[in-house]
Amino acid sequence: MSPLLEVRNLTVDFGSFHAVEGVDLTVAAGEVLCVVGESGSGKSVSMLAVMGLLPRTGRVAAERVAFQGADLLHATPRGRRRLIGREMAMIFQEPTTSLNPCYPIGWQIAEALRAHYAAPRAEIRGRVVALLGQVGVPAPEQRVRAFPHQLSGGLNQRAMIAMAIACNPALLIADEPTTALDVTVQKGVLDLLVGLQRERGMGLVLITHDMGVVAETAQRVQVMYAGQVMEEQPAAPLFAHPRHPYTAALLDALPERAEGKPRLPTIPGVVPGADDRPAGCLFAPRCRFRTGQCDAERPALRMAFGARVRCHYPLDDAGQPTGRPA
Amino acid sequence: MFRLLTRRLALIVPTFIGVTLLGFLLIHSIPGDPVEVRVGERGISAERLAYFRHELGLDQPLWKQFLDYEGQLLHGDLGRSVVTQESVWTEFKTFFPATFELSVCALAFAILVGLPLGVMAAVRRGSALDYGLIGISVTGASMPIFWWGLMAVLIFSVALGWTPVSGRIDDLFYIEPRTGFLLIDAWFSDEPGAFRSAVRHLILPAIVLGTVPLATIARMTRSAMLEVLGEDYVRTARAKGLAPGRVVVVHALRNALIPVVTVLGLQVGALLGGAILTETVFAWPGVGHWLVESVQRRDYNVLQGGTLLIAVLVMLVNLGVDVLYGVLNPRLRH
Repeated sequence: MSPLLEVRNLTVDFGSFHAVEGVDLTVAAGEVLCVVGESGSGKSVSMLAVMGLLPRTGRVAAERVAFQGADLLHATPRGRRRLIGREMAMIFQEPTTSLNPCYPIGWQIAEALRAHYAAPRAEIRGRVVALLGQVGVPAPEQRVRAFPHQLSGGLNQRAMIAMAIACNPALLIADEPTTALDVTVQKGVLDLLVGLQRERGMGLVLITHDMGVVAETAQRVQVMYAGQVMEEQPAAPLFAHPRHPYTAALLDALPERAEGKPRLPTIPGVVPGADDRPAGCLFAPRCRFRTGQCDAERPALRMAFGARVRCHYPLDDAGQPTGRPA
Repeated sequence: MFRLLTRRLALIVPTFIGVTLLGFLLIHSIPGDPVEVRVGERGISAERLAYFRHELGLDQPLWKQFLDYEGQLLHGDLGRSVVTQESVWTEFKTFFPATFELSVCALAFAILVGLPLGVMAAVRRGSALDYGLIGISVTGASMPIFWWGLMAVLIFSVALGWTPVSGRIDDLFYIEPRTGFLLIDAWFSDEPGAFRSAVRHLILPAIVLGTVPLATIARMTRSAMLEVLGEDYVRTARAKGLAPGRVVVVHALRNALIPVVTVLGLQVGALLGGAILTETVFAWPGVGHWLVESVQRRDYNVLQGGTLLIAVLVMLVNLGVDVLYGVLNPRLRH
């Protein structure tokens, strides 16, 4: 059986800037994949490319982009529009700006339904109210008439989720769905997403920069850095034995793992920008195991210890680089 | 919304005083007065001159003349034309429909052409159409109306012979002014061809008068659309799988209209100002024509009254725009 979503060697360029470079990604039906990375690591851009939502300046190239076995790369715009919003849906980081300020939320959810199904008004209305109830919006009969500016960020995000799941999609892409929300609201929205995913057996791609979110939700994790996939493996082994120094550094920066240390570890330096990308490994300038080979040669993504890693010296179970010259 | 409206209504009082005072001072700073202009070059005795001036109250100090005029206005009396002895209000009612008809058609032309052009330019940003539109709108906004009007007459009426040179309708028709709006009156009249003639007379002045608002609307729509097209909710709309046309019109344009409508309100003032020039060029028997003639005759009451009525009209339209703004923008309603 073909996977739900299959992406091979995806590249997205904005002018001469490589936002995404050679990304592979597969999601099985009913699976939760977390894509982790800092801001600007290309995680949102690659998903927007799959959805066909990039601005016109973005150039997309790939070996294969397929949804349920059907090619998306060469699909006509019309063919793609039949899929997105219905079979694959997306929710975004800023719920309040992602909803149109001029229309009530009920109308906006109904529009998602009407775009793909012809149904009588009353039926659509009933389904919108039911959807709002399912995503935990209190008093849905009244809230259908509310405008986005009258609701909190948390409620708006729930409305966005209702809109995304309106047509029962097989795949839901959530782009940092809790980042813009208050900490107290974050857990509720996250639980809702995971609950819906289990209930409906949806595939879920969760884009986040929060390792805590990953730990709570993911089955499989993909770590991205500066447009490249650095590491990919199932969640449990990733947290136990990260194979890439970048993943290890990210995990070390988690407060719950830094107990007893005088201060929270950080990763020195910043993500390379458009003009200062190193010729070798992109993470080399910030890596504590860097060698001459790291600067000279860009590592390929390869299998090591059962994980896919982009590193010349993948870490062993003790967290030590293997094969690194002393 | 209610507070917004009361604030706007309160602003009408100082605007009213400002408009009347400014109008009064400007008119009285023109050399000559109604009596002198009517007497002309022949001259009459100083006694008769003083008598007529006294009749019209022109021998009073300026401040007293102004206060008398204000007092008269507060009683709802705009006074009478010095020349025709007709009440200013009656004359205004006679001339206004022609101006209204012309302005509405000009504005309709500006909106119907400007809005789609602005939208298309924004959607195809950076294309030849976009650059062409920017060029045209800068040219349109910077052309003096009287010059553009004369050029249009020379090209379309004189050289090509497509439209009549001036007037509202051919002389051979007599249309009973029932509503005062010639298009409507001609449509319901028994005269065959009258409506067609009225339309042919209206087209060119409406285009000339609508050019500046068209350029402004197109430019404003373009920039508002460019901003809105980059918004997150437009991306959301596309993520629903909606057709591009629906995304642009229902989601983007709906939001872009909010700033455009504001500009539209301001355009009405410019439109009525432009109507004065357009009516002069096309010998269009409207308020503009009437006001220009009254300047030549130093017909103080007509000038002051006419200016005031136009100012009131602009204020009312802007009040209407504020209401419309609230309807368009749900964030203001609640």
